Amino acid sequence: MAARVQSAPFDLGAELAGFGAGSGAVVSFSGLVRDEGGRLVALEIEHYPGMTEKALAAYGERAAQRFGLDDWRILHRHGRLAVGEPIMMVATAARHRAAAFQAAEYLMDWLKSRAPFWKREIGPDGPGAWVAARAEDEDALSRW
Amino acid sequence: MALDVLYFAWLRERIGQPRERIETQAATVRELVAELSAMDEWHAAALADLSAVRVAIDQELAELDAPLAGAREVAFFPPMTGG
Repeated sequence: MAARVQSAPFDLGAELAGFGAGSGAVVSFSGLVRDEGGRLVALEIEHYPGMTEKALAAYGERAAQRFGLDDWRILHRHGRLAVGEPIMMVATAARHRAAAFQAAEYLMDWLKSRAPFWKREIGPDGPGAWVAARAEDEDALSRW
Repeated sequence: MALDVLYFAWLRERIGQPRERIETQAATVRELVAELSAMDEWHAAALADLSAVRVAIDQELAELDAPLAGAREVAFFPPMTGG
């Protein structure tokens, strides 16, 4: 049961080693920086220190209660991340797979539009546009 | 009351600073927005379209009509794009 915000890269395998021991089902999701058809070389991710950690922990605890998780982990990076680098991960552990899958989706939906992160595109010529929030991401929250 | 006001992403860029400390009597976020917008053209431009602005009071998401009584920190930022 841990939420972490960091600029350093992480190793998904190392993060998951031993995670969910004793549970029947572990689901993990990780998001990577897309190249957007060669248009991007990196993303710059800004966040709200203090609020970010609190928000991630709150969403994790909410997911744990709602889906009866044995354990959960949220890791989100900030700073300049090159194409292909991992941005974030969530992992959930439960007795059965349905709860683990659902909780991972729930966490992702909340992180997408309610965790205080902002992405900016970095192209070959330098910083570009701030990534706009997508209506689909906002709509996804309504299913919970 | 003294209030720390924080800005993130393009709001920070348009206003030209990440945070400022102000003295205000604003009772709600909306009243605070009106005071800030009256300060100069940069604040006014950044806060012109409130449908594109989200707010947190003391690091909790809040509505524009939320009361500011007892608040120490108010942040303005665009819709979030995490994940």
